Amino acid sequence: MRFLLLFSRQGKLRLQKWFKTYTDREKKKVIRDMTMLVLARPPRSCNFLQWRDLKIVYKRYASLYFCAGLEAQDNELLSLEVLHRYVELLDRYFGNVCELDIIFNFEKAYFILDEFLMGGEVMETSKAAVVVSMEEADTLQETMEEYMSKPAY
Amino acid sequence: MSPSVPLQEMIRAIRSARTQCEERGVIQRECAAIRAQFRQSDNGGRSHNLAKLLYVHMLGYPAHFGQMECVRMIASPRYSEKRVGYLGAMMLLDEKQDASLLITNSIKNDLSHSNQYVQSLALCTLACMGSAEMCRDLAPEIDRLLRASNSYIKKKAALCAVHIVRKVNDLGELFAPAARALLSEKNHGVLHGAVVLITELCERNPETLERFRKTVPDLVQIMKGLVISGYSPEHDVAGISDPFLQVRILRLLRILGRNNEAASDAMNDLLAQVATNTDSTKTVGNAVLYETVLTVLDIKSESGLRVLAVNILGRFLLNNDRNIRYIAMISLQKIVGTDHNAVQRHRGTIVDCLKDQDASVKRRALDLSLALVSASNIRSMMKELLIFLSSCPPELRAQAASGIFNAAERYAPSQRWHIDTILHVLTTAGGDVRDETVPNLIQLITNASELHCYTVHKLYRALLTDITQQSLVQVACWCIGEYGDLLLRGECQETEPVQVTEDDVLDALETVLQSHMSSPTTRGFALTATMKLSTRITDNVDRIRSIVSIYGSCIDVELQQRAVEYNALFKKYDHMRAAVLERMPVIEKNSPGHTNGESAVETLKEIPPAKVKQGESLLPPQPTNQVCDLLGLLGGPEETLQPSPALSSSAPGLPVNTGGTAGGDLLDLLGELEPTPVAPAPAMSVYEKDGVTLTLSCEKQSDSGLTVTLTASNTADSDISSFTLQAAVPKSVQLHMKAPSGDSLPAQGAAKVTQIVILNNPNKVNLKMRVRVSYTRQGAAIQDTVQIDSFPGL
Repeated sequence: MRFLLLFSRQGKLRLQKWFKTYTDREKKKVIRDMTMLVLARPPRSCNFLQWRDLKIVYKRYASLYFCAGLEAQDNELLSLEVLHRYVELLDRYFGNVCELDIIFNFEKAYFILDEFLMGGEVMETSKAAVVVSMEEADTLQETMEEYMSKPAY
Repeated sequence: MSPSVPLQEMIRAIRSARTQCEERGVIQRECAAIRAQFRQSDNGGRSHNLAKLLYVHMLGYPAHFGQMECVRMIASPRYSEKRVGYLGAMMLLDEKQDASLLITNSIKNDLSHSNQYVQSLALCTLACMGSAEMCRDLAPEIDRLLRASNSYIKKKAALCAVHIVRKVNDLGELFAPAARALLSEKNHGVLHGAVVLITELCERNPETLERFRKTVPDLVQIMKGLVISGYSPEHDVAGISDPFLQVRILRLLRILGRNNEAASDAMNDLLAQVATNTDSTKTVGNAVLYETVLTVLDIKSESGLRVLAVNILGRFLLNNDRNIRYIAMISLQKIVGTDHNAVQRHRGTIVDCLKDQDASVKRRALDLSLALVSASNIRSMMKELLIFLSSCPPELRAQAASGIFNAAERYAPSQRWHIDTILHVLTTAGGDVRDETVPNLIQLITNASELHCYTVHKLYRALLTDITQQSLVQVACWCIGEYGDLLLRGECQETEPVQVTEDDVLDALETVLQSHMSSPTTRGFALTATMKLSTRITDNVDRIRSIVSIYGSCIDVELQQRAVEYNALFKKYDHMRAAVLERMPVIEKNSPGHTNGESAVETLKEIPPAKVKQGESLLPPQPTNQVCDLLGLLGGPEETLQPSPALSSSAPGLPVNTGGTAGGDLLDLLGELEPTPVAPAPAMSVYEKDGVTLTLSCEKQSDSGLTVTLTASNTADSDISSFTLQAAVPKSVQLHMKAPSGDSLPAQGAAKVTQIVILNNPNKVNLKMRVRVSYTRQGAAIQDTVQIDSFPGL
C-alpha cells in the first residue's frame, strides 16, 4: 500500500497516511485527484479504479470514504478487508464510531492505524491483539500523566 | 496573546467558522499562540500544542515550524509527549527534511528502552520515514530485536526490516538468517511479518530466492494448518482463518515456485486443496481464491490445476458482485496471451460485461474483448464492439476506436466489410479517431478498386446526412473528387441505384466549403475535390470555375493559394488540366510510420526532382517536374513514367504518389545542388540501344565509398525528352543519387546528361547495380533495364 486517505463526502480530509515518500506538492495532487475521482463515482459501482500506475480501492462507510492506493502486486479484494478491519478497530475503540470521533480524536485514529499497519503492510492480524495494545498504551500514558501530576488532554 | 485552548476546543472553533476567511483567521491566531508556546521551554501543555499543530497541518496549512518541536518532544522522557512527538515526526518530517537526521539518536535510544511501547513508537517511526542513512545506522539494532525480544516487538521489527531493505537493498543479507528463524514462530503477527520480509528479500535478490526455496515445505505446512484447522476466534474472518496470512503465504509461494518445477510440485496439492475448500460466498473467501488463482497461473502447475484455476475465474465472471467480475477480467487479461482458448470459452460473458453500467467494468471488458478478437469471431465481435462504441463513455472512445481499427485491419474478412466498419466508426466516433485514420482509409479505398463505385455512393450519402465529423467529411470529399464520374453514372451493383446530378454533387461540396463546422483542412479537401470534378463532369465546369475563383480571395491563406493555382490551371494551362487531375494510382503502403529514412533495402531509388516542391502547391511551370513527396514514399515500380505525371493535390499528412515518380525524401532536398563535374576515371560503356548510350566511370572515395558517374548521350536522329535513370543495389550497400544534369538528350549527341551516384559498401559485398533507363522519343515512352556487374577501376 502506498497511501491511505480518509475524507468526507464534501472532500474534507480526515486522515492521511503515506507509506512512501512523497513531496508536499505530490501529496496535494494525490489528495485532489483521489477526492475528485472517488466522489464522482455513482453509488453502486465497482470499488476499484485505475489511477496512473496504482490500483485505487475505496469504500464508503456512512459519511466517510476510505481510499487506499495499491501497488501492482497487492490483492485488491484483501485490501477491502484491510479497510474493513480498520473500521472495525475504530468501532471497537470508540464504541459506535462516527465521523466526529475521528475529527476530534484524530491522533487516536493514527495510533490505532499504527498498531494495525506498518510500512504499508498488515502488522497484526488479530483484532483482539490490536485492541489490547491500544488499551495498554493508553494506560501507560495516563499513569505517566498521573505520576507527573499533569492533566491528560 | 490569547491563552491557548485545549485541542478539542480549537477544533470546534475552526469547524464553526462559516467562511474560509474566518477559518484562516482562527488558524492564524492559533498558530501564533502555538509558536509562542514553542519558544517557551518546559511547558506542561506541549503535547496539546503539537497536536493542535498537526490538526492544522491536516487541513492543509503550513506547519514546518513544528519540526524542531517534534525533535524536542521525541527526546522527552514522558510517554505522552513521545507519542505525539513521534506522530508529528511521521507527519511533518520526511527524509527530505534536514531535521529528520536529528531524531536518529533518539530513535536509537528508544529502540533499547525498557518499555515495549516506547520501542514500538521508535520502530513505527523508522518504518514510516527512515531515510537511507538512518536505516544503515540502525539496521544492526533491528536485527538484534528480530532475534531476541517478545513477539510484540518482533512483528514490528520484521516490518521495520522490510522498510530498511526497500531503502537500502544491500542490507537484505543482514536480515536473511533472522527471517528464516522467524518462520517457526507461532504468533500470527510475527509469522505474517516474517513472510512479508522473506517476500521482500526474495523479490530483490535471486540468490536469496534460491536459498529460501528450501522453506517451501514449511510454508505449505503452515498454510495447511490454517486451512484445515477448526474455528479460531482470534483470527477468524467470516469462516476463513487469518486470511491476511493466507494471502501473504500464497504470494510468497508464487514467487518461490515461479520457473521451478520442484517447488511447484511441492505446492500442487496445497493449492488444489485451498482452491476447492475455500468458501466463496464472502469477499474474504474470494480474496484467498483470487490469490490462489494468481499463484496457480504463475508457477509451473500441472494442467488439471490450471483448468481448475481458469474455471474459478469463469465462476467469478458470473458473480453478481461487480468487484469480483472486475477482478476476474483483470486476471483473464493476464492469461489471454498464453491460455487463449480457455479465455475464449467465456467470451459471451465478457462481451455482456461491455453493457455493464460501471465504468471500471466496462474498461476491463473492452480491453479483454479486444484481446479476444480472432479471425473466427471477427464478425460477431465487431457487431458488439460497434454497439459498444455508440454508447460508451467518452474517456473510452478513443481507445475503443483505435482497438476496432486494429482488429479490423488484422482480421477483415473482406475489403467491403473493412471499409464498412471504418465508415461506421467514423460516423459514430469521428471526433476521437487518430489523425492517420484519414490517409489510411484513403489508401484502403484506392486499393479496393472494384469497390470504388460502392464506396463513393456510400460516402456521398453519409456526407448528405452529416457534415460535422471532420475525418468522415475529408474522406468523402476526397472520394467524390476522385470517383465523381462513378457517382454520376448512377448505377452500382452493391447498393441501390440513386440518381445524382452534377449540381447535387457540387451543392454538397459547396455546403462543406461554406459550413462553419468545417475545419480548414476539410475545406482544403473540398476545394480540391471540386477542382478534380472539372475533368470528370461535363456540364457545370463554369460553376466550378466560379467557385474556384471566389476562393481566390479567401482569408485562409492555404485555401487562397490553392484557389489561385487552380485558377491558373484553368486559364493558362488548360491543356494540362486533364493530365494533372487524372485518377490517382494505387498508393503503396509503407510501414505504419511512413518514415522518410533511406532504406537499405533494395529499392528503386528515384532521382530527386530538379525542382523540389514544398507544401501543397500544385502547379509546375514545366511539364516534367515532379512533386516532392514530403513523406518520402518511394514510387511503385509498376507505373510507367509519364511525360506529364499526374500531379495530385495533397493535404497535410496525405501520402502522395505522383504517377509512380514520387520524389526523393526530404534528405534529397540537397539534390538541388549542381552535380559535381565528371571524375576523370576510366569510362565503361554499359548500355547501347536505339542510339542511347550510357557510360559509367567510378572513383573510390574511401575504403567503402565509391562515386559512380553515369553519362548518357543520344546518337540517333530524334530528340529524347524526360530522360530518367533509376538505380538499385544489393541490400547492404547504400545508395545516394544526386540530381541529374538535365533530362533531355537532343539528337546527334549534341548534349549529354550526367548523373552522379554515391555508393557506400561497408560490408564489402560484391558490387552490382541495376539501372533502369526511361525516356520519351517521338511521343512514345520507352523503358529498359541494364545490369552492371563489374565496375571499372575497382
